[in-house]
Amino acid sequence: MKELVWIFLGALVVNNFTLSYFLGLCPFFGVSGKLQTAFRLGLATTFVMVITAIAAWALNTFVLVQFPYLRLLSFIVVIASAVQFVEMVVKKASPALFAALGIFLPLITTNCAILGLALFQTSRGYGLLQGIVFALGAGGGFTLALALMASLREEAKLSDVPALARGTAFNLLLAGILAMAFMGFAGLGSS
Amino acid sequence: MNAPSSPAEAARLHAEFVKGLWRENPVFVQVLGMCPTLAVTNSAINALAMGAATTAVLACSSLLVSLLGRFIPAQVRISTYVIVIATFVTVVDFVLQAILPDVHKELGAFLALIVVNCLILGRQEAFASKNPPLAAVLDALGMGLGFLFALLCLGATREVLGNGSLFGIDLFGPAFEPWVVMVLPPGGFLMLGLILLLFSWRLQRRAAAAAEEKR
Repeated sequence: MKELVWIFLGALVVNNFTLSYFLGLCPFFGVSGKLQTAFRLGLATTFVMVITAIAAWALNTFVLVQFPYLRLLSFIVVIASAVQFVEMVVKKASPALFAALGIFLPLITTNCAILGLALFQTSRGYGLLQGIVFALGAGGGFTLALALMASLREEAKLSDVPALARGTAFNLLLAGILAMAFMGFAGLGSS
Repeated sequence: MNAPSSPAEAARLHAEFVKGLWRENPVFVQVLGMCPTLAVTNSAINALAMGAATTAVLACSSLLVSLLGRFIPAQVRISTYVIVIATFVTVVDFVLQAILPDVHKELGAFLALIVVNCLILGRQEAFASKNPPLAAVLDALGMGLGFLFALLCLGATREVLGNGSLFGIDLFGPAFEPWVVMVLPPGGFLMLGLILLLFSWRLQRRAAAAAEEKR
Protein backbone atom coordinates (compact mmCIF):
# COMPACT_ATOMS: atom_id res chain seq x y z
CA MET A 1 0.00 0.00 0.00
CA LYS A 2 2.77 2.38 0.99
CA GLU A 3 4.59 1.63 -2.25
CA LEU A 4 1.47 2.48 -4.27
CA VAL A 5 1.11 5.82 -2.47
CA TRP A 6 4.71 6.71 -3.36
CA ILE A 7 4.24 5.68 -6.99
CA PHE A 8 1.20 7.98 -7.11
CA LEU A 9 2.90 10.92 -5.40
CA GLY A 10 6.08 10.45 -7.40
CA ALA A 11 4.27 10.70 -10.71
CA LEU A 12 1.98 13.49 -9.43
CA VAL A 13 4.52 15.99 -8.14
CA VAL A 14 8.09 14.74 -7.56
CA ASN A 15 8.72 13.62 -11.13
CA ASN A 16 5.88 15.53 -12.71
CA PHE A 17 5.56 14.32 -16.30
CA THR A 18 5.32 17.78 -17.78
CA LEU A 19 7.52 19.91 -15.57
CA SER A 20 10.41 17.54 -14.93
CA TYR A 21 10.25 14.99 -17.76
CA PHE A 22 9.13 17.47 -20.44
CA LEU A 23 6.38 15.14 -21.67
CA GLY A 24 3.18 16.46 -23.23
CA LEU A 25 4.53 19.95 -23.87
CA CYS A 26 2.46 20.52 -27.02
CA PRO A 27 -0.90 20.56 -25.19
CA PHE A 28 0.83 22.18 -22.20
CA PHE A 29 1.57 25.25 -24.29
CA GLY A 30 -1.22 24.87 -26.84
CA VAL A 31 -4.28 24.31 -24.67
CA SER A 32 -3.35 26.26 -21.54
CA GLY A 33 -5.03 29.48 -22.64
CA LYS A 34 -8.21 28.87 -20.67
CA LEU A 35 -8.51 27.12 -17.31
CA GLN A 36 -11.72 25.23 -18.08
CA THR A 37 -10.54 23.69 -21.36
CA ALA A 38 -7.19 22.87 -19.79
CA PHE A 39 -8.86 21.02 -16.93
CA ARG A 40 -11.11 18.99 -19.23
CA LEU A 41 -8.27 18.04 -21.52
CA GLY A 42 -6.31 16.92 -18.46
CA LEU A 43 -9.15 14.64 -17.40
CA ALA A 44 -9.51 13.13 -20.89
CA THR A 45 -5.75 12.52 -21.03
CA THR A 46 -5.80 10.85 -17.61
CA PHE A 47 -8.56 8.55 -18.82
CA VAL A 48 -6.60 7.52 -21.92
CA MET A 49 -3.53 7.02 -19.72
CA VAL A 50 -5.36 4.53 -17.50
CA ILE A 51 -6.61 2.56 -20.52
CA THR A 52 -3.10 2.61 -22.01
CA ALA A 53 -1.58 1.39 -18.75
CA ILE A 54 -3.93 -1.60 -18.66
CA ALA A 55 -3.35 -2.37 -22.35
CA ALA A 56 0.42 -1.99 -22.04
CA TRP A 57 0.45 -4.35 -19.08
CA ALA A 58 -1.59 -6.94 -21.00
CA LEU A 59 0.68 -6.63 -24.05
CA ASN A 60 3.85 -6.87 -21.98
CA THR A 61 2.62 -9.91 -20.09
CA PHE A 62 0.99 -11.97 -22.82
CA VAL A 63 2.27 -10.90 -26.24
CA LEU A 64 5.56 -9.01 -26.20
CA VAL A 65 7.44 -11.69 -24.31
CA GLN A 66 7.95 -13.38 -27.67
CA PHE A 67 8.31 -10.25 -29.81
CA PRO A 68 10.13 -7.51 -27.86
CA TYR A 69 11.06 -5.63 -31.04
CA LEU A 70 7.37 -4.96 -31.76
CA ARG A 71 6.93 -3.03 -28.51
CA LEU A 72 6.96 0.49 -29.92
CA LEU A 73 4.71 -0.38 -32.88
CA SER A 74 2.14 -2.19 -30.78
CA PHE A 75 2.07 0.54 -28.10
CA ILE A 76 1.42 3.27 -30.63
CA VAL A 77 -1.33 1.26 -32.30
CA VAL A 78 -2.95 0.53 -28.94
CA ILE A 79 -2.85 4.20 -27.97
CA ALA A 80 -4.39 5.30 -31.27
CA SER A 81 -7.18 2.73 -30.88
CA ALA A 82 -7.75 3.71 -27.24
CA VAL A 83 -8.15 7.35 -28.23
CA GLN A 84 -10.53 6.37 -31.03
CA PHE A 85 -12.52 4.28 -28.56
CA VAL A 86 -12.69 7.08 -26.00
CA GLU A 87 -13.80 9.43 -28.73
CA MET A 88 -16.68 7.13 -29.67
CA VAL A 89 -17.76 6.59 -26.07
CA VAL A 90 -17.67 10.29 -25.22
CA LYS A 91 -19.58 11.15 -28.38
CA LYS A 92 -22.32 8.65 -27.49
CA ALA A 93 -22.48 9.25 -23.73
CA SER A 94 -21.99 12.99 -23.50
CA PRO A 95 -22.28 15.03 -26.72
CA ALA A 96 -21.78 18.24 -24.74
CA LEU A 97 -18.35 17.17 -23.47
CA PHE A 98 -17.47 15.92 -26.96
CA ALA A 99 -18.20 19.33 -28.43
CA ALA A 100 -16.24 21.09 -25.68
CA LEU A 101 -13.10 19.00 -26.27
CA GLY A 102 -13.25 19.23 -30.05
CA ILE A 103 -9.97 18.66 -31.85
CA PHE A 104 -8.02 18.10 -28.62
CA LEU A 105 -9.53 14.67 -28.17
CA PRO A 106 -7.96 13.01 -31.26
CA LEU A 107 -4.74 14.93 -30.66
CA ILE A 108 -4.21 12.97 -27.44
CA THR A 109 -2.78 10.23 -29.70
CA THR A 110 0.35 12.27 -30.37
CA ASN A 111 0.76 13.35 -26.75
CA CYS A 112 4.15 11.96 -25.81
CA ALA A 113 3.10 11.73 -22.15
CA ILE A 114 0.92 8.71 -23.06
CA LEU A 115 3.61 6.77 -24.91
CA GLY A 116 6.09 7.86 -22.25
CA LEU A 117 3.84 6.41 -19.57
CA ALA A 118 3.70 3.04 -21.33
CA LEU A 119 7.49 3.00 -21.81
CA PHE A 120 8.31 4.01 -18.23
CA GLN A 121 5.85 1.45 -16.93
CA THR A 122 7.65 -1.22 -18.97
CA SER A 123 11.17 -0.21 -17.99
CA ARG A 124 10.26 -0.08 -14.28
CA GLY A 125 8.48 -3.43 -14.44
CA TYR A 126 5.22 -2.29 -12.90
CA GLY A 127 2.39 -4.81 -12.46
CA LEU A 128 -1.26 -4.16 -13.28
CA LEU A 129 -2.25 -2.36 -10.06
CA GLN A 130 1.01 -0.37 -9.91
CA GLY A 131 0.54 0.58 -13.55
CA ILE A 132 -2.97 1.91 -12.96
CA VAL A 133 -1.85 3.91 -9.92
CA PHE A 134 1.11 5.25 -11.91
CA ALA A 135 -1.24 6.30 -14.73
CA LEU A 136 -3.57 8.06 -12.28
CA GLY A 137 -0.63 9.92 -10.74
CA ALA A 138 0.85 10.88 -14.09
CA GLY A 139 -2.51 12.01 -15.43
CA GLY A 140 -3.20 13.96 -12.26
CA GLY A 141 0.23 15.57 -12.51
CA PHE A 142 -0.38 16.52 -16.13
CA THR A 143 -3.78 18.01 -15.22
CA LEU A 144 -2.22 19.87 -12.29
CA ALA A 145 0.55 21.36 -14.43
CA LEU A 146 -1.90 22.28 -17.19
CA ALA A 147 -4.33 23.93 -14.76
CA LEU A 148 -1.55 25.86 -12.98
CA MET A 149 -0.16 27.08 -16.31
CA ALA A 150 -3.63 28.09 -17.51
CA SER A 151 -4.33 30.10 -14.35
CA LEU A 152 -0.95 31.82 -14.64
CA ARG A 153 -1.61 32.72 -18.26
CA GLU A 154 -5.10 34.01 -17.50
CA GLU A 155 -3.56 36.16 -14.79
CA ALA A 156 -0.76 37.34 -17.10
CA LYS A 157 -3.26 38.56 -19.69
CA LEU A 158 -4.14 41.38 -17.30
CA SER A 159 -0.58 42.34 -16.48
CA ASP A 160 1.82 44.55 -18.33
CA VAL A 161 4.10 42.20 -20.30
CA PRO A 162 6.57 43.86 -22.73
CA ALA A 163 5.37 43.36 -26.32
CA LEU A 164 8.69 41.72 -27.19
CA ALA A 165 8.20 38.87 -24.73
CA ARG A 166 4.56 38.09 -25.46
CA GLY A 167 3.78 34.63 -26.84
CA THR A 168 5.89 31.50 -26.66
CA ALA A 169 8.95 33.06 -25.03
CA PHE A 170 6.90 34.38 -22.13
CA ASN A 171 5.10 31.04 -21.71
CA LEU A 172 8.43 29.23 -21.64
CA LEU A 173 9.78 31.53 -18.93
CA LEU A 174 6.56 31.00 -16.93
CA ALA A 175 6.99 27.25 -17.29
CA GLY A 176 10.60 27.57 -16.13
CA ILE A 177 9.54 29.29 -12.94
CA LEU A 178 6.79 26.71 -12.43
CA ALA A 179 9.34 23.91 -12.91
CA MET A 180 11.60 25.55 -10.32
CA ALA A 181 8.72 25.54 -7.86
CA PHE A 182 8.17 21.83 -8.51
CA MET A 183 11.86 21.17 -7.84
CA GLY A 184 10.96 21.84 -4.22
CA PHE A 185 9.39 18.37 -4.18
CA ALA A 186 12.67 16.68 -5.18
CA GLY A 187 13.79 14.08 -2.68
CA LEU A 188 10.30 13.58 -1.27
CA GLY A 189 9.82 9.90 -0.57
CA SER A 190 13.40 8.86 -1.26
CA SER A 191 14.38 8.75 2.41
CA MET B 1 16.12 9.26 -57.73
CA ASN B 2 17.17 11.22 -60.81
CA ALA B 3 19.68 14.04 -60.84
CA PRO B 4 18.05 17.46 -61.21
CA SER B 5 17.47 18.06 -64.92
CA SER B 6 17.63 21.86 -65.10
CA PRO B 7 19.22 24.74 -63.15
CA ALA B 8 15.76 25.93 -62.03
CA GLU B 9 15.01 22.48 -60.64
CA ALA B 10 18.37 22.39 -58.86
CA ALA B 11 17.72 25.83 -57.33
CA ARG B 12 14.32 24.67 -56.07
CA LEU B 13 15.83 21.57 -54.47
CA HIS B 14 18.51 23.71 -52.88
CA ALA B 15 15.81 25.97 -51.45
CA GLU B 16 13.95 22.94 -50.01
CA PHE B 17 17.13 21.88 -48.26
CA VAL B 18 18.21 25.26 -46.91
CA LYS B 19 14.88 26.50 -45.55
CA GLY B 20 14.89 24.14 -42.56
CA LEU B 21 18.36 25.17 -41.46
CA TRP B 22 17.57 28.71 -40.43
CA ARG B 23 14.59 30.54 -41.95
CA GLU B 24 12.04 27.85 -41.03
CA ASN B 25 14.09 26.29 -38.26
CA PRO B 26 11.83 23.69 -36.61
CA VAL B 27 12.70 24.67 -33.03
CA PHE B 28 13.44 28.39 -33.05
CA VAL B 29 10.88 29.47 -35.64
CA GLN B 30 8.18 26.79 -35.81
CA VAL B 31 8.52 25.66 -32.14
CA LEU B 32 7.90 21.99 -32.99
CA GLY B 33 9.20 18.90 -31.25
CA MET B 34 9.57 20.59 -27.88
CA CYS B 35 9.61 17.50 -25.69
CA PRO B 36 12.94 16.06 -26.91
CA THR B 37 14.32 19.57 -27.42
CA LEU B 38 14.10 20.33 -23.74
CA ALA B 39 14.44 16.87 -22.25
CA VAL B 40 17.78 15.75 -23.66
CA THR B 41 19.66 19.03 -24.05
CA ASN B 42 21.34 18.97 -20.64
CA SER B 43 24.63 18.16 -22.38
CA ALA B 44 26.05 18.74 -25.84
CA ILE B 45 26.73 15.08 -26.56
CA ASN B 46 23.14 14.03 -25.78
CA ALA B 47 21.82 16.84 -27.95
CA LEU B 48 24.05 15.71 -30.81
CA ALA B 49 22.95 12.06 -30.54
CA MET B 50 19.27 13.01 -30.33
CA GLY B 51 19.54 15.37 -33.29
CA ALA B 52 21.31 12.75 -35.40
CA ALA B 53 18.79 10.03 -34.50
CA THR B 54 15.86 12.31 -35.32
CA THR B 55 17.44 13.32 -38.65
CA ALA B 56 17.95 9.67 -39.61
CA VAL B 57 14.36 8.73 -38.77
CA LEU B 58 13.01 11.81 -40.54
CA ALA B 59 14.98 11.20 -43.73
CA CYS B 60 14.08 7.48 -43.94
CA SER B 61 10.39 8.08 -43.21
CA SER B 62 10.18 10.94 -45.71
CA LEU B 63 11.71 8.76 -48.42
CA LEU B 64 9.32 5.88 -47.78
CA VAL B 65 6.23 8.07 -47.41
CA SER B 66 7.11 9.96 -50.57
CA LEU B 67 7.47 6.68 -52.49
CA LEU B 68 4.25 5.26 -51.05
CA GLY B 69 2.33 8.55 -51.15
CA ARG B 70 0.04 7.58 -54.02
CA PHE B 71 -0.90 4.20 -52.53
CA ILE B 72 -1.88 5.37 -49.05
CA PRO B 73 -5.66 5.95 -48.71
CA ALA B 74 -6.39 9.41 -47.32
CA GLN B 75 -8.50 8.11 -44.42
CA VAL B 76 -5.72 6.07 -42.83
CA ARG B 77 -2.73 8.21 -43.81
CA ILE B 78 -1.91 9.48 -40.32
CA SER B 79 -1.86 5.96 -38.84
CA THR B 80 0.26 4.79 -41.78
CA TYR B 81 2.79 7.57 -41.19
CA VAL B 82 2.94 6.74 -37.49
CA ILE B 83 3.61 3.07 -38.24
CA VAL B 84 6.33 3.95 -40.78
CA ILE B 85 7.95 6.29 -38.26
CA ALA B 86 7.70 3.75 -35.44
CA THR B 87 9.44 1.14 -37.61
CA PHE B 88 12.41 3.41 -38.31
CA VAL B 89 12.61 4.52 -34.67
CA THR B 90 12.84 0.87 -33.66
CA VAL B 91 15.70 0.40 -36.15
CA VAL B 92 17.58 3.50 -34.92
CA ASP B 93 16.98 2.45 -31.31
CA PHE B 94 18.60 -0.96 -31.88
CA VAL B 95 21.48 0.48 -33.93
CA LEU B 96 22.31 3.04 -31.25
CA GLN B 97 22.06 0.39 -28.54
CA ALA B 98 24.62 -1.68 -30.46
CA ILE B 99 27.19 0.99 -31.28
CA LEU B 100 26.83 3.59 -28.48
CA PRO B 101 25.36 1.83 -25.44
CA ASP B 102 26.25 4.68 -23.04
CA VAL B 103 24.44 7.33 -25.06
CA HIS B 104 21.52 4.95 -25.53
CA LYS B 105 21.22 4.56 -21.77
CA GLU B 106 21.45 8.31 -21.23
CA LEU B 107 18.68 9.10 -23.74
CA GLY B 108 16.51 6.27 -22.42
CA ALA B 109 12.84 6.47 -23.22
CA PHE B 110 13.28 9.70 -25.16
CA LEU B 111 14.80 7.78 -28.05
CA ALA B 112 11.61 5.75 -28.42
CA LEU B 113 9.60 8.93 -28.01
CA ILE B 114 10.91 10.20 -31.38
CA VAL B 115 7.77 8.41 -32.68
CA VAL B 116 5.53 11.16 -31.33
CA ASN B 117 7.81 14.06 -32.28
CA CYS B 118 5.33 16.31 -34.07
CA LEU B 119 8.11 17.64 -36.31
CA ILE B 120 8.43 14.27 -38.08
CA LEU B 121 4.70 13.66 -38.50
CA GLY B 122 4.31 17.26 -39.60
CA ARG B 123 6.87 16.89 -42.41
CA GLN B 124 5.20 13.69 -43.66
CA GLU B 125 1.77 15.32 -43.76
CA ALA B 126 2.87 18.71 -45.07
CA PHE B 127 5.66 17.80 -47.47
CA ALA B 128 6.79 14.21 -48.07
CA SER B 129 3.39 12.82 -49.08
CA LYS B 130 2.98 15.43 -51.84
CA ASN B 131 6.51 15.62 -53.25
CA PRO B 132 8.91 13.40 -55.22
CA PRO B 133 11.49 11.34 -53.27
CA LEU B 134 14.53 13.55 -53.86
CA ALA B 135 12.80 16.75 -52.74
CA ALA B 136 11.28 14.91 -49.76
CA VAL B 137 14.67 13.60 -48.59
CA LEU B 138 16.34 16.99 -49.01
CA ASP B 139 13.54 18.70 -47.09
CA ALA B 140 13.85 16.06 -44.36
CA LEU B 141 17.64 16.46 -44.17
CA GLY B 142 17.35 20.25 -43.96
CA MET B 143 14.72 20.12 -41.22
CA GLY B 144 16.65 17.40 -39.39
CA LEU B 145 19.91 19.33 -39.48
CA GLY B 146 18.11 22.50 -38.39
CA PHE B 147 16.69 20.52 -35.48
CA LEU B 148 20.16 19.16 -34.68
CA PHE B 149 21.63 22.67 -34.81
CA ALA B 150 18.98 24.03 -32.43
CA LEU B 151 19.46 21.12 -30.03
CA LEU B 152 23.21 21.61 -30.11
CA CYS B 153 22.86 25.35 -29.36
CA LEU B 154 20.68 24.58 -26.35
CA GLY B 155 22.73 21.61 -25.19
CA ALA B 156 26.09 23.38 -25.45
CA THR B 157 24.89 26.54 -23.65
CA ARG B 158 23.24 24.56 -20.89
CA GLU B 159 26.28 22.33 -20.40
CA VAL B 160 28.70 25.26 -20.32
CA LEU B 161 26.60 27.25 -17.84
CA GLY B 162 25.40 24.38 -15.70
CA ASN B 163 28.41 22.14 -15.64
CA GLY B 164 31.35 24.31 -16.79
CA SER B 165 32.20 21.85 -19.55
CA LEU B 166 31.61 21.20 -23.25
CA PHE B 167 31.35 17.67 -24.67
CA GLY B 168 32.55 16.52 -21.25
CA ILE B 169 35.78 18.57 -21.41
CA ASP B 170 36.28 20.89 -18.44
CA LEU B 171 36.48 24.52 -19.60
CA PHE B 172 37.00 26.78 -16.62
CA GLY B 173 38.95 24.76 -14.05
CA PRO B 174 37.98 24.15 -10.41
CA ALA B 175 37.35 27.83 -9.56
CA PHE B 176 34.15 27.89 -11.67
CA GLU B 177 30.92 27.79 -9.72
CA PRO B 178 28.44 25.89 -11.98
CA TRP B 179 24.98 27.32 -12.49
CA VAL B 180 23.38 23.99 -11.64
CA VAL B 181 19.79 24.97 -12.40
CA MET B 182 20.71 25.12 -16.10
CA VAL B 183 21.20 21.35 -16.40
CA LEU B 184 18.05 20.70 -14.34
CA PRO B 185 14.55 20.79 -15.91
CA PRO B 186 13.78 24.51 -15.26
CA GLY B 187 16.97 25.46 -17.11
CA GLY B 188 15.58 23.95 -20.31
CA PHE B 189 12.47 26.10 -20.22
CA LEU B 190 14.40 29.23 -19.24
CA MET B 191 17.13 28.79 -21.85
CA LEU B 192 14.73 28.17 -24.74
CA GLY B 193 12.62 31.11 -23.52
CA LEU B 194 15.67 33.37 -23.58
CA ILE B 195 16.75 32.19 -27.04
CA LEU B 196 13.24 32.82 -28.41
CA LEU B 197 13.33 36.29 -26.81
CA LEU B 198 16.58 36.95 -28.65
CA PHE B 199 14.95 35.85 -31.91
CA SER B 200 11.92 38.10 -31.52
CA TRP B 201 14.20 40.98 -30.54
CA ARG B 202 16.14 40.51 -33.78
CA LEU B 203 12.91 40.32 -35.80
CA GLN B 204 11.64 43.49 -34.15
CA ARG B 205 14.85 45.37 -34.88
CA ARG B 206 14.84 44.23 -38.47
CA ALA B 207 11.20 45.30 -38.88
CA ALA B 208 12.03 48.67 -37.34
CA ALA B 209 15.00 49.10 -39.70
CA ALA B 210 12.81 48.22 -42.71
CA ALA B 211 10.18 50.75 -41.62
CA GLU B 212 12.89 53.37 -41.23
CA GLU B 213 14.15 52.73 -44.75
CA LYS B 214 10.66 53.08 -46.24
CA ARG B 215 10.31 56.51 -44.78
